[in-house]
Amino acid sequence: MAQRKQLRVGTQWLYVDDAERILRDAIRLREEEEHRNRIEGHVLPWYRRWLFSTDHKVIGLQYGFTALCFLLFGFSLMILMRLQLGWPGHAFNVMKVLGENRAPGGVLLPEAYNQLGAMHGTIMVFLAIVPLAVGAFGNYIVPLQIGAPDMAFPKLNMASYWCYLPGGLIMLSSFALPSGTANSGWTSYPPLSDIATIGQTFWLVGMIFLITSSLLGSVNFIVTIVQLRAKGMTFMRLPFFVWAQFVTSFLLLLAFPPLEAAGILQLMDRVAHTNFFLPSGLVVSGQILHNAGGGNPLLWQHLFWFLAHPEVYVLILPAMGIVAEVIANNTRKPLWGYRSMVGSVVFLGFMSFVVWAHHMFLTGMGTLISAFFQTTTMIISIPSVIVLSALFLSLWGASIRFTTPMLFALAFLPMFGIGGLTGLPLGLATADLHLHDTYYVIGHFHYVVAPGTIFAMFAGIYYWFPKISGRKLNDFWGRVHFWGSFVCINGVFFPMFLQGLAGVSRRLYDGGIQYAHAKAIAEQTNPFMSICAIGLLTFQVPFIINFFTNAFLALRGKRNVTDPNPWQATTLDWAATTSPPLGHGNFAVLPVVQRGPYEYNAPECTTDDYLPQHLVLPAPPPSGGGMLPEAAVAQREI
Amino acid sequence: MDAHEAHHEFEIPYTVHPRPDTGLYNGKLGIWLFLASEVMLFGALFSSYILLRTSAPTWPRGWEFLNVPLATANTFILISSSVTVVLGWANLRLGNLKWGRIFIACTILLATLFLINKGFEYHHEFVEGRLPSTNNFMALYFTLTGLHGLHVLGGIIVFLYMLFPGAKMWGKDRARYTNRIEIAGLYWHFVDLVWIFLFPALYLM
Amino acid sequence: MTEQLVEPTAPSDGMPLPESHAEDAHVHGGVHDPNLHHSPEEIKREIRVYLWVFAGLAMLTALTVYACYGLRTPVHVAIGIALAIACMKGFLVAGFFMHLLSEKRLIYSILGLTVVFFAILMWGPWNHWADMIGR
Repeated sequence: MAQRKQLRVGTQWLYVDDAERILRDAIRLREEEEHRNRIEGHVLPWYRRWLFSTDHKVIGLQYGFTALCFLLFGFSLMILMRLQLGWPGHAFNVMKVLGENRAPGGVLLPEAYNQLGAMHGTIMVFLAIVPLAVGAFGNYIVPLQIGAPDMAFPKLNMASYWCYLPGGLIMLSSFALPSGTANSGWTSYPPLSDIATIGQTFWLVGMIFLITSSLLGSVNFIVTIVQLRAKGMTFMRLPFFVWAQFVTSFLLLLAFPPLEAAGILQLMDRVAHTNFFLPSGLVVSGQILHNAGGGNPLLWQHLFWFLAHPEVYVLILPAMGIVAEVIANNTRKPLWGYRSMVGSVVFLGFMSFVVWAHHMFLTGMGTLISAFFQTTTMIISIPSVIVLSALFLSLWGASIRFTTPMLFALAFLPMFGIGGLTGLPLGLATADLHLHDTYYVIGHFHYVVAPGTIFAMFAGIYYWFPKISGRKLNDFWGRVHFWGSFVCINGVFFPMFLQGLAGVSRRLYDGGIQYAHAKAIAEQTNPFMSICAIGLLTFQVPFIINFFTNAFLALRGKRNVTDPNPWQATTLDWAATTSPPLGHGNFAVLPVVQRGPYEYNAPECTTDDYLPQHLVLPAPPPSGGGMLPEAAVAQREI
Repeated sequence: MDAHEAHHEFEIPYTVHPRPDTGLYNGKLGIWLFLASEVMLFGALFSSYILLRTSAPTWPRGWEFLNVPLATANTFILISSSVTVVLGWANLRLGNLKWGRIFIACTILLATLFLINKGFEYHHEFVEGRLPSTNNFMALYFTLTGLHGLHVLGGIIVFLYMLFPGAKMWGKDRARYTNRIEIAGLYWHFVDLVWIFLFPALYLM
Repeated sequence: MTEQLVEPTAPSDGMPLPESHAEDAHVHGGVHDPNLHHSPEEIKREIRVYLWVFAGLAMLTALTVYACYGLRTPVHVAIGIALAIACMKGFLVAGFFMHLLSEKRLIYSILGLTVVFFAILMWGPWNHWADMIGR
């Protein structure tokens, strides 16, 4: 029987007559789509195309741009804090930007330091990292990687962005209030937060918007991943990034509502003068508070940490997903232990709901409940270790390509390792007695989020920039960005462990120099850390210039990448049209998945060292035909 | 690849017909996920209630401060509205738009009656000098029933939309409209479910 | 009342019902959304179930109000009775009105997970308070 002629279309092999039909369909559908993009002969107005779009790619870019702006803003707050910590009481010209009531003569007031601390934490966690990791990367990449035309509920997607932005703006607007922003820490513990200035109310209202945005988004993600996977895309063929986003969405869905409830209760306390968190007999500035009392401040801590612990896994899981993608791609071999990694993140997601009270070891917990939470906390370190080990093992025997995204992904591994290991003493109550609320904690979580998650975000930006825009970011400046950031970020955060072990408390406006036990170590380390912080700021400048220059050129249509798959990646996102038209429809032809996500250097590879997930390999020529494999390949070409 | 799927390059699949392996259409999965999050929201408030009540030296019985007969009537009203919405959906599945809309309208009316009664209740409490700030029992009462009331209001708005502007979809895509009523109905039953627990927790215990 | 609710097979506005599309059975490999493809008789039977459930809910409401408020039962007994009856009513609403009794496995898994976390949320704060040092 003569073999039907096959035609290679892009990265797919198709039978010729099918190809003709499919291409005709594709052209017709593209024309219909162009027609849909026009109303009465005009292209969609700019605000329908860019501002109020229901296309997941546009929404992903909106989230990305907004989140990066908030990231820079939160970073700037940190710079101001570090200036104060390095040189307490010193006058700085740049501090004057905070205004006379916060920094008279350029000297930061202690009350203002508290405002910076609370807002830095809130902005970084809720307005920058999660929207970037989940809203931006998740929205843009997940539908592409599962072979879907869009998210399951495009209008809900748009609504979730438009809850996020007002929430963020409400939070930011509190800077303009005369009495300032929220200043009770990002954790907003009552009774202090109950009696704080009006900035705290703005914080609560902003949080309600942000939580709503998260909830709408998480429903969308879960339904999309379950229902819209392309044909052949079974759960165990999903790229690890999609698994990470899937678990993250469950965390957001089920853990955020208790914080919403807590926010409502605190709002009632502040506005309607209820006493949910206000105990009887509270004394404020020497005066007894005349309230009905009967409240429990610990109730807030429970509800807050019930969310906030899963929240930290929300911060890390998408990052692990990105790192896994970049590592698989740049080692040119499948991930080691994919199934173990998947099982681990699912287990991790579940366990994250039963460890929250390890943030509350110093609240007078009894031994039984303390033992329970220590045990669960120790158990939850296991899946993290499995994932990290699998990623390390993926490097063994690999032909590593040290591209810029790979540099960031590689750095993630030891940095997350340090962050994770320093969490262990914090999870044991006896050690935590000494370390709780010290700089050790700050060092621990910053290692996980800053050289951890944020480096993974950078890896993702450098990796997916060509897909989104058709331009690669400048490689030289990318490496400058990496090395400078890597050195400086360790300089900022490593000494914090030393400070914490010496007993320097967190949230002190002068960095601890007022306490005899802390003075020496604080004076030795704080200026150095602050100089490193300024260095860190300096090394973000090449990134910002690189990013905006290339984004601007891409918008003008000037591509510098011709290959739709410049990194030679296997996942479906690279099978979509490069710089996908910012309208509906990601694939001219919906892919049908044939194999797992990381078939690099698989036995079936012929001309390339990778097999895209959707590539249909033609049937092997009939045996005994006498043809050499190369001749069979040549015959297939037209 | 069958002809049915060739048109799905730009269309989102499984909006009306279920996906074979899950057996669900997108909206149904979506609403159950949303309801799961609502369980956690009201759960957190119930957890707060448990903590505040068990740690309090004394706690009033519901009828000391609240109007139990009125709330009992409200309970019957809300349960009836649950029945009307499911009857409305059944009629739509039978292709009977007229009776479907009548039952949805009944749901809206019953829900509004519920809120009016709640208004009378709140007013009575204020007149008696019982505010949220008076004690934690009243604080919990106002917060829990207030949040529940907001959810009732949300449901009313959704049903009003489905009854009037949204009803145009019946002409274009009948199955999709019926599904939307089913989804709204699921939300409504959940609101009823919360009240089924809220009513005894506040008024009878 | 029941007879007025149910229209016989012919719909009132003349448009064909979804189940008349034979292609649906072919395209979806025989997997139907049970809620869209029931026959009118089945739907009528469902309606009768809904009305019985309504009667049950009404009766249980009256019972719980009488048992707790009418009899002025002491607190701990009232809590037990009220929660038990509320669970029964909840089961009826969830099982029949929300069709949970005939739902898909995926929904059961999601709800099962939620119930577990809900239980943890109920237990945690109270247990912490109950186990505090010095109590």
